[in-house]
Amino acid sequence: LDPRLTAHRPQRAQTTPHPVRPLQISNWTTAPMAATSSPSTAAAAMWAFAAAACVKLLLVPTYRSTDFDVHRYWLALTHALPARQWYTDASSEWTLDYPPFFAYFSRLLSLPAPFVDASLVDIPVPAAPPSSAYILYLRLTVAFSDLLLLASILLLARDARRRQRPFLALLLVLWSPALLIVDHIHFQYNGFLMGLLLLSLHFLEQGKDLAGGVVFAALLCSKHLFLVAAPVYFVYLFRHYCCGRGLARGLGRLVLMGAGVVAVFAMAFAPFVYYGQMQQLLSRLFPFGRGLFHAYWAPNFWVFYIVLDKILAFLLRRLGFSIEIPEASFTRGLVGDSSPFSVLPKVTPITTFLLVILAMTPCLVKAFANPQSKHIIRWVAYACSCGFMFGWHVHEKASLHFTIPLALIAMDSLDDVRHYFLLSIVSCYSLFPLLFEDQEYPIKVLLLLTYGALMWVGFSSHFAANPAPGGEKLDASDNIVEKKLTGWISLGYLLGMFAIEFWSRLFHHHVYGDRLPFLPLMIVSVYCGIGMMYSWIWQLSWIIRHT
Amino acid sequence: MGIFDILQMSMYFAPAFFGHLLGKCLKRKYPIVEIMKLGFVVLGTFALVWWPYLHSYEAAMQVISRLAPFERGIYEDYVANFWCTTSVLIKWKRLYAIKPLKLMSLSATILAFLPSFIQQVKSPSNLGFLYSLLNSSFSFYLFSYQVHEKSILLPLLPASLLALHEPHLHGWFTYYALFSMYPLICRDQLLLQYISVLGLFVLIYYSPGGNYGKGMKISSGTMAVLSLPLLCSILLHTVYLQIEPPKRYPFLFDALIMFICFSQFIILTLYTNYKQWMLDFHPRPVGSKKDL
Repeated sequence: LDPRLTAHRPQRAQTTPHPVRPLQISNWTTAPMAATSSPSTAAAAMWAFAAAACVKLLLVPTYRSTDFDVHRYWLALTHALPARQWYTDASSEWTLDYPPFFAYFSRLLSLPAPFVDASLVDIPVPAAPPSSAYILYLRLTVAFSDLLLLASILLLARDARRRQRPFLALLLVLWSPALLIVDHIHFQYNGFLMGLLLLSLHFLEQGKDLAGGVVFAALLCSKHLFLVAAPVYFVYLFRHYCCGRGLARGLGRLVLMGAGVVAVFAMAFAPFVYYGQMQQLLSRLFPFGRGLFHAYWAPNFWVFYIVLDKILAFLLRRLGFSIEIPEASFTRGLVGDSSPFSVLPKVTPITTFLLVILAMTPCLVKAFANPQSKHIIRWVAYACSCGFMFGWHVHEKASLHFTIPLALIAMDSLDDVRHYFLLSIVSCYSLFPLLFEDQEYPIKVLLLLTYGALMWVGFSSHFAANPAPGGEKLDASDNIVEKKLTGWISLGYLLGMFAIEFWSRLFHHHVYGDRLPFLPLMIVSVYCGIGMMYSWIWQLSWIIRHT
Repeated sequence: MGIFDILQMSMYFAPAFFGHLLGKCLKRKYPIVEIMKLGFVVLGTFALVWWPYLHSYEAAMQVISRLAPFERGIYEDYVANFWCTTSVLIKWKRLYAIKPLKLMSLSATILAFLPSFIQQVKSPSNLGFLYSLLNSSFSFYLFSYQVHEKSILLPLLPASLLALHEPHLHGWFTYYALFSMYPLICRDQLLLQYISVLGLFVLIYYSPGGNYGKGMKISSGTMAVLSLPLLCSILLHTVYLQIEPPKRYPFLFDALIMFICFSQFIILTLYTNYKQWMLDFHPRPVGSKKDL
């Protein structure tokens, strides 16, 4: 035997290599009762927020929409002019159309601005493109206002039953790609508003109804779009807070709640009542003269209404009836009696309002009958999704309002998980047309794919670690059938999204050239509309069956 | 410039490949045959790629002169390698012409990667190969001719591959590699991206639920010594941006950054060479099989 072979055999490496364990994803999904091995959820949530903040810094030089100019103008307006002129100033086309609390918030953000760049607070806003310090400052204000979202998430780490929420549920909100796309690229302050909404939901879940009501009133005074959730709040608070304690105490509580809400509204609107500007303010907040859709159709119910209308018009024309092509368009407002629909009856704001109320009714009935705090997130999310599906002039960004709260309860059961998986991907995909420049394309695709991968791995490991009790199916040989994250239909639907993306990116140009440029957008709208309708119906059936 | 980078990459890792393959050949039954087979393959590939330029000496020389522009001088800017750092004391460019400098840098580089090369020839192993990649590319970075700051990425690659075995080394190295490129990044106005990428790296390194810092007992004295350059570097980040250097030494802060990074790189390369040699002498763990 050759002695070299035995003497120089390669030895094993060091006995204690102390390798670093890779990111422990399974720790994120279990709901730790005794958090001895896993780190505290608060520290982990702050870590996740810091990681998201680094990504937000990287997104600073990306595309800014006209919303950037809007907020830039509001920053300058609230700083330079007294409150008397906020709702009457017309030096820019982007007039202030949010309620006064948002104006105060803008004022707060503008306080350090003159130290950074004096031109940030000039009225009228200079026409030159903004400098990089300007852009950085405004982007940092959005990232800063996300701190309120972090605070609400930290509070929501305990759910209504005093148990720890799985860390993955908190992560799904902090790392939501829709929020990143809308807030940090397209430029809005949704993180701050969702933080307020989640704060009020936290108070309601913990039984602190007065605080929840007051915070919701503050939210309404920041963005009046949340009025769609007001009926649910009203019914729930009335039944849960006021009723069932005898007439005198109930009335007392009603007065107390009313006083709290009125106080908040007074703080917001009193100065403007004093100046006599309420009429002007209301006309700014609720501008009539906008159409059923804006330039890009949000994936809601009315998309199907239009498609049906067009199909019927086409068929009836073939059958020989004479159908005029309507002159009115969907994007401009109602002009007299003309309707943009050729066959089906026209839709007015009142119609949409009644439909939203009608859609919310089952939820309101359930809330009235059995007001339990553990369902409040679901009810409010459902109300927001009704508003999205049937509202007037809905923007697809509004899908954030119900996707984010649903993320918190996404891990309550396997059905919830499946639903959220589909919903989050569909709502994020419907936001893609907002970023139409080529340089953002890899960013938005990678954000969505990473989030989908995170959900897939996280959900699979969660349900591998905590199998749902009593729900296992046994097949012929008594082995537990593995629960699947997506059924065949959902999988087909999601793969269809890939196909549509390929079509709109690659093939449409080849086949059609420059004709029909709106066709890919329409297809995306309709396709996402299907997913949204499914989500709405699923939420409705869950509420009817389980609450 | 791009072709130069590819050449650099092949040059930097060549000794490691050569040493590992040679060591593996020598372990086989008939080493000479194996070496001849390997030599044929390498030379054949080489001939195939260089075929158009092999018809005359001038053509081959032209390609080489394009690939390796030696006229630029032994160093440029403030790279954290040996020649640049010691040029503060010894003005290489003034003392020697290009030819002697080329020879000096070549011999220094060879001397530097020789230990790891020998170790691989003696006892090749997969883990040793990774260490050898790290050591040879590091030696090229430190001692070779006309090195660009970006070349620090080449040693960083095997360090990343070794990250699970040497987490502290990897974190330490990555931080100082980034820091050595800081002047370049400031010039390109990529400061925001630098901050967020460095922040993400630190966050991934200290992710919740990972175990770090265990298994390595460092005395508090050593910790104090190690954290001094760290603090200096953090201070230098802001100083470089805000404060104007004195008129006599306009590149004072660049030089300081270079000093700190070079000192850390020297420590790191000594450590990795030591670790590679220790692979040989580690006692065999209990229970592993003996195959005769």
